Amino acid sequence: MVLAVVGAALFVLPLIGLAVRAPWSALGELLGEPIVTDALRLSLLSSLAAAAISTVLGVPLAWVLSRVEFPGRSLVRALVTLPMVLPPVVGGAALLFALGRRGVVGGPIFDATGFTLPFSFWGVVVANTFVAMPFLVITVEGALRSIDQRYEQAAASLGANPLRVFRQVTLPMIRPSLQAGIVLAWARALGEFGATVTFAGNLQGRTQTLPLAVFVALESDRDTAMAISLLLIAVSLVVLVTFRARWWNTGTGDTSSPTSSARGASAGAAERAAGAAR
Amino acid sequence: MNTDYGVAGAQLPSDSPSPTNPAAEGLVARIEIDQGGLTVDLTLDIAPGTTTALIGPNGAGKTTTVNALAGLRPIDSGRIELAGRVLDDGSAAGFIAPEDRRIGVVFQSYRLFDHLSVIDNIAFGLAPTRRSRRRARAEVAELVEAFDLGSLTNRKPSQLSGGQAQRVALARALAIEPDLLLLDEPLAALDVATRSQLRRFLAQHLARFAGPRLLITHDPTDANLLADEICIIEQGRVTQRGRPDELRRRPATPYVAELVGTNLLVGFNQGGTLDIDGADHQLQTADTSITGPVLITIAPNAIALHPEQPHGSPRNTWLTEVESIEPLGDTTRILLGGPLSLVADITPASTAKLGLAPGSSIWATIKATEIQVNEHARDRGRGIDR
Amino acid sequence: MAVVWLISACGGGASGEDGASGEDGGAPGLTGTLEVFAAASLTDAFETLGIDFEAKHPDVEVRLNLAGSSALREQLREGAPADVFASASPEVMDQVEELGLLRSPAQVFARNQLQIAVPADNPGRVEGIGDLARSELAIGLCQAGVPCGDLAREALADAGVTPSIDTNEPDVRALLTKLAANELDAGIVYVTDIEAAAGAVVGLPVVGSPEATYPIGTVVEGSNPEAANAFVEFVLSRQGQNRLTEAGFVAP
Repeated sequence: MVLAVVGAALFVLPLIGLAVRAPWSALGELLGEPIVTDALRLSLLSSLAAAAISTVLGVPLAWVLSRVEFPGRSLVRALVTLPMVLPPVVGGAALLFALGRRGVVGGPIFDATGFTLPFSFWGVVVANTFVAMPFLVITVEGALRSIDQRYEQAAASLGANPLRVFRQVTLPMIRPSLQAGIVLAWARALGEFGATVTFAGNLQGRTQTLPLAVFVALESDRDTAMAISLLLIAVSLVVLVTFRARWWNTGTGDTSSPTSSARGASAGAAERAAGAAR
Repeated sequence: MNTDYGVAGAQLPSDSPSPTNPAAEGLVARIEIDQGGLTVDLTLDIAPGTTTALIGPNGAGKTTTVNALAGLRPIDSGRIELAGRVLDDGSAAGFIAPEDRRIGVVFQSYRLFDHLSVIDNIAFGLAPTRRSRRRARAEVAELVEAFDLGSLTNRKPSQLSGGQAQRVALARALAIEPDLLLLDEPLAALDVATRSQLRRFLAQHLARFAGPRLLITHDPTDANLLADEICIIEQGRVTQRGRPDELRRRPATPYVAELVGTNLLVGFNQGGTLDIDGADHQLQTADTSITGPVLITIAPNAIALHPEQPHGSPRNTWLTEVESIEPLGDTTRILLGGPLSLVADITPASTAKLGLAPGSSIWATIKATEIQVNEHARDRGRGIDR
Repeated sequence: MAVVWLISACGGGASGEDGASGEDGGAPGLTGTLEVFAAASLTDAFETLGIDFEAKHPDVEVRLNLAGSSALREQLREGAPADVFASASPEVMDQVEELGLLRSPAQVFARNQLQIAVPADNPGRVEGIGDLARSELAIGLCQAGVPCGDLAREALADAGVTPSIDTNEPDVRALLTKLAANELDAGIVYVTDIEAAAGAVVGLPVVGSPEATYPIGTVVEGSNPEAANAFVEFVLSRQGQNRLTEAGFVAP
């Protein structure tokens, strides 16, 4: 019990610290400053883009990891989740060496087209995706492993090709986990700092996201820094609370339906899928 | 659930839900699969319009056979041919994917898609075909009507009873106009009363499907009542196949004898007196709880045979004739002729003592307590009328 | 962003035999850890100075906390337990003093000059400060508020150049890393950073550039004032000044 309180305090105290010191009266004015509005716009755009790319690329990746046997699969899985434990700065440096204009991949592209990712908006998106996608992949892969694959077999027997099976049977079954994965990835992208500053740099209006703006403002204008911090917390809380509520409803919404063997099988699968999301 | 399906079925247009395809051939399959510990090696030959029941103990290879036919796993060698099309010949190139096999499967526990409504479940298999939407909608509407699902179309599968779910599953499988109807334990895990109703329902609608049908089951009653031919599968091999009455009369193995050897009669119970369908004979049962149509089961070893009319006369005593004598391990199976066609198992010593030979006259007795009755929803589709 | 280097991992084990040399050095009695907060541009010089100081005082363990001067100021403001603060800017040091955090007035111990740094092969063909206005080049500066950033902006303003900036790096070392990785075509850093980059970048002089001035002082929050005073003295001593000159700094 005491440990639980200490644990909760660890999360709550920094918020209280911030709330006590925050420049509440000037908040509106501070949040209207260009450094804040630019960063907010960039942060929303880049984190949403990262969440979208993570979904488009991460779901197929999760499917392959959960359904296709191939040599080195566990190695690939470990590599995919590596950004979750890697210091983001290291990830940013690795991205620079791979995709920078002298990078292994980025070099030839730059020589051919003159296009470089670092110091651009898409550099921010790439850095965000790099750290965010693992959250989506592991969430969705867990769901894909836990659902009852016999429903997919049933769909195939009805003439559905693998793509249609995936879209019309698998996706609906893993939907709660997919939603959770997208929100987790988005939240991670929104808070991303280290990989972004290392790979994409820091320029107001182009690559300076909210966390970077906090960092810059902290050294010059503490009130602005705290205002941005409050803004970040508010945006994150709104989204997380909204989605927590939605998952909660999914978990308890249909308990009144009659029990039958068929229901037991399919509902059980749905619950397992939902369970994987939590 | 008590709606008369015969009436609904009678209103069906003759070309649906599964029109007779004159070119349709049956299923001809030789399935060989070695899966560590169990080698499946069997042949199936099912003519259009007939039902074969594949019955066997757990681990005999039933699921493997279903998976091989449905394309969920390839065969090691052999050949699966359906309606003149080779679905698998043991080679990678010859393997047709599940979605291209045109096999309608009614799965154990049905596997209805819980996120789709009943109508969308039924229409699932129609969506990708080139047929016009209107045509597809019309077909679904016909199936909905035939299976009496009109009031359920917008429900989710989780809101259906077991019986309703089975009807949806069958409609969904038939909607794709399959070349083979594959029913995998369709009655498993239902209570006795529901089983009886659904068995009747299945019998009716199976008769309407013009292609070959394969019923996977572990329940000899299902096999006896639904199938034209029974294949007994033991340890991956078919140990016997034949019509239900053939198997009962001449079981090839003790397992078959035990499984399908039980005497099964259909009759009408009124206060313990049983009128046997198709025979001018009455039996007495101790079970007076059911009034109406019943399924009557009599274990072969419950029938005693006597050279003279026994004294103290048990309530069921009649004079009959030995039709044939089949040795069966440590017992002998005696086939009795009219008025009731039954089998009785006695020891070889008793056979010798009684001096039995085909054509012998003999007295048969059964205790009223040895005659089991179960409620039976009668099956009009198969000609056993009330 | 603050990185802590543990300079000496063998404080206790070696103390016995080094004790004699400590007596020879004439500075007995110093023990414990010494927290030195130093501007990022001092990284290499202070690592060397820390090792030298530990050799002189074997019972003292020097811990370096290296970051942008203003980041360090913020840490000090929040009560970080520093013994010594070495800033790359008198302004930052003044702010720390105004906060009442200095034990004694700070002393300037080194000066540094700005240079334009370009990758070794100079892919942007940068020749002078005017080239920093070329929008097709990838240009980086330290962010405003950090001494190297403020000085660089001062130099650009003096030269009448409006730079086409692609990134404002949090400190000079982060900027140097991107230059050395050839992701930037030019940036403005200290001479000492170009020395430290050991050939990965080359420096071009900025004519009439403002100089960075490095003050050092002891901090009231520190728990080891004797060692702190000894360290400041050491930095100002001939041996300390030689080390700084080797690293490219100019004597005050």
